[in-house]
Amino acid sequence: MTRLLDVENLTLQFDTDEGRITAVDDVSFTLEAGEVMGLVGESGSGKSVTAKSVMKLNPSNAIYGDKTKIMLHLESGSIDIMSLKSSKDLQVVRGGAISLIFQEPMASFAPAITIGNQMVEQLMIHTSMNSKQAQEFSIEMLDRVGISDASTRFKQYAFELSGGMRQRAMIAMALSTKPKLLIADEPTTALDVTIQAQVIDLMKDLVKEFGMGIIFITHDLGVIAQTADKVAVMYLGRLVEQGAVRDVIRNPAHPYTKGLLAALPSLDDLDTPLTPIPGDIPSPLERPPGCVFNTRCSANLGARCSSEIPGFSPVSDSHTVACHLYNEEGAK
Amino acid sequence: MSDDVLIRARDLSVHYPLSGGGLFGPKPVVKAVEGVNLDIAKGSFFGLVGESGSGKTTLGRACLKAAPITRGTVQYTDDEVDYQLTTIDKVQLKDYRSRSQLIFQDPYAALSPRMTVRDIIAEPLEVMGLTKSREETDERVREIAEKCRLNLEHLRRFPHAFSGGQRQRISIARALVSKPHFVVADESVAALDVSIQADVLNLLKEIQQEMGLTFLFISHDLSVVAHVCDHVAVMYLGRLVETAPTRELFNAPRHPYTKALLSAIPSLDPDDAGKAQKLEGEIPSPTNPPPGCKFQTRCPFAIDICRVDEPKLEHSSSGHEVACHRWQELMD
Repeated sequence: MTRLLDVENLTLQFDTDEGRITAVDDVSFTLEAGEVMGLVGESGSGKSVTAKSVMKLNPSNAIYGDKTKIMLHLESGSIDIMSLKSSKDLQVVRGGAISLIFQEPMASFAPAITIGNQMVEQLMIHTSMNSKQAQEFSIEMLDRVGISDASTRFKQYAFELSGGMRQRAMIAMALSTKPKLLIADEPTTALDVTIQAQVIDLMKDLVKEFGMGIIFITHDLGVIAQTADKVAVMYLGRLVEQGAVRDVIRNPAHPYTKGLLAALPSLDDLDTPLTPIPGDIPSPLERPPGCVFNTRCSANLGARCSSEIPGFSPVSDSHTVACHLYNEEGAK
Repeated sequence: MSDDVLIRARDLSVHYPLSGGGLFGPKPVVKAVEGVNLDIAKGSFFGLVGESGSGKTTLGRACLKAAPITRGTVQYTDDEVDYQLTTIDKVQLKDYRSRSQLIFQDPYAALSPRMTVRDIIAEPLEVMGLTKSREETDERVREIAEKCRLNLEHLRRFPHAFSGGQRQRISIARALVSKPHFVVADESVAALDVSIQADVLNLLKEIQQEMGLTFLFISHDLSVVAHVCDHVAVMYLGRLVETAPTRELFNAPRHPYTKALLSAIPSLDPDDAGKAQKLEGEIPSPTNPPPGCKFQTRCPFAIDICRVDEPKLEHSSSGHEVACHRWQELMD
């Protein structure tokens, strides 16, 4: 496999009226070409801003840390994303090498421009196609994602399509520029389960066909289990655990990951009561010192957890965790 | 007729007229709920599931007389009163409003940002004139706040200071302060994170048992319904397609739609992929429903009779009812 993306020491803060808040704190991960990485976490954990940082899509009050380094490796050479300043420079990345699929497909299509014209527009910008080729290719892509009667849909507006169809059109649009990296931000959350299953199948097929890397953001561990090769769990801006999807889901190491899995209602066992993680996720203005999870952790070791930030320790060859329990007892 | 039924709906239909239509032809109508027969037993936690557009919210609202009932009846019977919702008069309706309550989906939109938590919870009491003095109101507010695990300190604060889970607990307190008998919870945990969702579900269940409430729990999430409800009804395009005691429904689903819904839930086991029975297509528009069985356009088992004849709910002694022509042969 070839390396596609290196994110090192990503730290991201926002200047707000209430003070400077830390959204992402020292996050590092890598992605190979053709690999699907699931990024899981609750609302406010910083998973969306992490992914958007890869395209430098965060608003202007975002402050990146000095040590932050994001490298995108393409056949034509490597790009240092942090060094790109103007939106013209970033065009190579945004919509070119990297595409983004949003959660709410209604909000991400322009309501007064036909689906087709939006698809053609980005192809004209990012590829060398002329408008006729772009049109033909767009219809082919719509057909490819399972939209029936694609040439009619091509001329319609977003409101004329159902939710599932809009998300398919969004995927067709994101993939038509043949990106090397696809960021999918909760792409199935707004969809019904039966439609979600269709969209997940479609995305799996397309990964195989196009061979791109995917960062798949979701709060749903079931969706992760069905789509991702590896998974990174975020809590309050920090990565707490990462590894191959089978290792993390079958053998979770971090108390937070364990808690998340225990809180999920399972259909196989209706008798065990649901176990919530006690307390609420703290406000990013009041990030706890030490391990960010220590205020809700059932395995809290006391002073050490509330003062010292845990580093990553290996659980197995393909699985690491940031928790003092594992530093203490070695590979548990 | 048994005495232990709190809500009894017979041939309940809710149609919404649409604007437009032909000059001479009938105006188009959306048949949001069509010919539903439903018995909700006293003290039960009754689940109503279905995809978006299946009419579950409208059915819930019709049971509260908050949606216009086009045809059929809804009867409410508790130990003290007996109301026909279609012919209810103003005085009775006011009384019914204190006996029935609704908990909304979005705890961020449901609470007024300009009122303190105490005022939010006290408002139903004041509006309905259920208490005689301010002291009595305060006493009732404190009592319910404690039940909903709200800190009494919090009563003086405004909603913006609270997290999603806390806000949903405030909404629950507000709904329950008038001591209703019947509560409709419409997607009440859908907006919450998993770790918090389990906490709110446990709270609802606890309070329901303690106060002897009857819940109509509307949700699109089958695994949540499986955990909290004792009886479940599945809706599709305005019709009930299957109702059964929870365990019965999840262990031996009879309707092809219920089976498909169950298998569409993404499994937590990464190696479980592919065996799910996938549904093609999407839910048809309720303005133009297909003839015969409403599910025939997506049903892999549809035969000629399904395309002309709409199946009725078949009763059985176990309380498991299903509306499908072929369920018996499909069980083998």
